[in-house]
Amino acid sequence: MSGPSSLRTPLARVRNLGSSHSGTQDFWRQRLTAVAMALLIVPVVVIVLMLLGRNQAGAAQILGQLPIAIILLLFILASAWHMKIGMQIVIEDYVHSEKMKLALVMANNFFCIAVALASIYAILKLSSGV
Amino acid sequence: MVEFALPKNSKISGGKTWPKPSGATETREFRVYRWNPDDGKNPSVDTYYVDVNDCGPMVLDGLIWIKNHIDPTLTFRRSCREGVCGSCAMNIDGQNTLACTKSMHDVGAGGAVKVNPLPHQPVVKDLVPDLTNFYAQYASVEPWLQTTTPTPQKEWKQSHQDREKLDGLYECILCACCSTSCPSYWWNSDRFLGPAALLQANRWVTDSRDEATGERLDNLEDPFRLYRCHTIMNCAKACPKGLNPSKAIAELKMKLVERQI
Repeated sequence: MSGPSSLRTPLARVRNLGSSHSGTQDFWRQRLTAVAMALLIVPVVVIVLMLLGRNQAGAAQILGQLPIAIILLLFILASAWHMKIGMQIVIEDYVHSEKMKLALVMANNFFCIAVALASIYAILKLSSGV
Repeated sequence: MVEFALPKNSKISGGKTWPKPSGATETREFRVYRWNPDDGKNPSVDTYYVDVNDCGPMVLDGLIWIKNHIDPTLTFRRSCREGVCGSCAMNIDGQNTLACTKSMHDVGAGGAVKVNPLPHQPVVKDLVPDLTNFYAQYASVEPWLQTTTPTPQKEWKQSHQDREKLDGLYECILCACCSTSCPSYWWNSDRFLGPAALLQANRWVTDSRDEATGERLDNLEDPFRLYRCHTIMNCAKACPKGLNPSKAIAELKMKLVERQI
């Protein structure tokens, strides 16, 4: 508690910029995606076991079935979203430099979106048999 | 980044071992954190031997015995000596608790009684932490009844059922054992309100007589003020009154979800 702000009262420091009126949505979505993943993990494991040892044509044949492709897409969406929220919480917990925090939160968003899109593209490509 | 190691001027070095009291037949070893703001030295841990036949059974009794018989400079807060005031909260054998309700016999299986100030707070002297921020956080949740309806002639009425909802919330004595045991509070105590203040916030959010429930929730809804709680539950483990701040915080989160969905 040093620097120019040290003459502020303790209450002024605690109130600081006020409440952001947010956070509940991320809290809810984290639980929503957790439940989604818990439900999806069994079919996903089954699909992965089915894919083991097959060549690209065999994989394309399995992924060409609509329910299987949908299950994998849902799993990617839920896990990427969950990953994004979880990593952001870790960054907010441990990184206190405001600039570094912004940069890392940004990088985390980019990474999660890139991973999700790459996975979705791969599933769509295989399932459409291209 | 958060600091995982103590800053240079907080590193503990050395410490004095005081002679055993003469004539004592049975002694108990106390290792007590010492730091004096005036001598410019780093903190140390002093070793004392308490005559257990001449002193009460609690850790606080031991500390008072040391202050009266060995070292009058030993500094700590205490008042009620019966778990009501919350003044003598300190870290005993690695656990935040009240020195007045913690028996020496329950500590460290007969070994040394290790006494440190509450963790991760600035130290004023020896076992006295600076709780200015903690008290300001309590003030920030506005812990009093807020109403718009004109005050009734007699009292604000509350059903027995609604009164029961305050059980497990109103008993908090603000000793700070919970907040200072919380890793989330260690890393972000400037922005995270901590378990004690949030339990109190829930005490007023839950109170059926209060008319500012929405404003209270508005004030708490923040990724740092409230959502730094990751249900680690050190708070519930530390609370010397047996309360469960984690549960109170979970109830706040449930109410925030409830008003959105």
